[in-house]
Amino acid sequence: MTVLAALADLDRLTSDEFLVAQNVAFAVMAITMVISALRMVTTRNVVHAALYLVIVLAGVAGIFILLGAEFVGVTQVMVYIGAIVVLFLFGIMLTKGSFGEDDGVSGEKRLMAGLVGLLVFGVMTAALVDSFATAELSRFAPSTTAEIADSIFSDYIIPFEAVSVLLLAALIGAIVVARRD
Amino acid sequence: MFLNQFLLLSAVLFSIGVYGVLARRNGVLVLMSIELILNAVNINLVAFGAFRASVGGEVFALFIIAVAAAEVGVGLAMVLLLYRNRRSIDLTQIDQLRG
Repeated sequence: MTVLAALADLDRLTSDEFLVAQNVAFAVMAITMVISALRMVTTRNVVHAALYLVIVLAGVAGIFILLGAEFVGVTQVMVYIGAIVVLFLFGIMLTKGSFGEDDGVSGEKRLMAGLVGLLVFGVMTAALVDSFATAELSRFAPSTTAEIADSIFSDYIIPFEAVSVLLLAALIGAIVVARRD
Repeated sequence: MFLNQFLLLSAVLFSIGVYGVLARRNGVLVLMSIELILNAVNINLVAFGAFRASVGGEVFALFIIAVAAAEVGVGLAMVLLLYRNRRSIDLTQIDQLRG
């Protein structure tokens, strides 16, 4: 902790030149992600929506790496982009009726959905600005995979086992549900 | 970097995901919007983990990734079953229980 604190002090002196690259990277990724996410929920073509989702997920992986969480970032790429999006594309293609287009709900409902989204965003923004206006991510040491492994297999062993059983149950359940009798 | 820039990005993505869940009729697209919401939560967890210099945030982000994988598997199985029985995955037409 003292090392981190010292690094933080060092950073405060030189923060202007230190974090420019990170901030530029963050801005580029954030803008790309927000635009892609908006396109994802508004585009009529279902396959395009899945591909916009890939951009958002890749951006999230980039944000993880920016935050010093390489392991989570790589896991994000492997599990989400490698597996889950492929699963989505299979889902789209196996349900032929949906292959073409989805207009979304009509007029008034869409307006209500937009209002709910804006309301959620407004409440969260107000709470965040109120609570963390001055909180600064000073220069932090990236966490290593060994630290994460130690943590999972000591402090978080019970949740880890629970997640294992949950995955097994979910996969068996998915097979049972989707099986053709 | 401020903590808030990550939290606000996460809030934007979360809200877009909420809009997607409410405004889409295609079952697969609704599941995709739920993935957007889960990813927004993951950004929050990792940002707070970095803020507090603890790996707990990353560990829970990994748990959420695993739970999301399970959720997508079961969700898509249900959508496929729906399609097989109804020849449609338009969620606005699933209203048999409406009084």
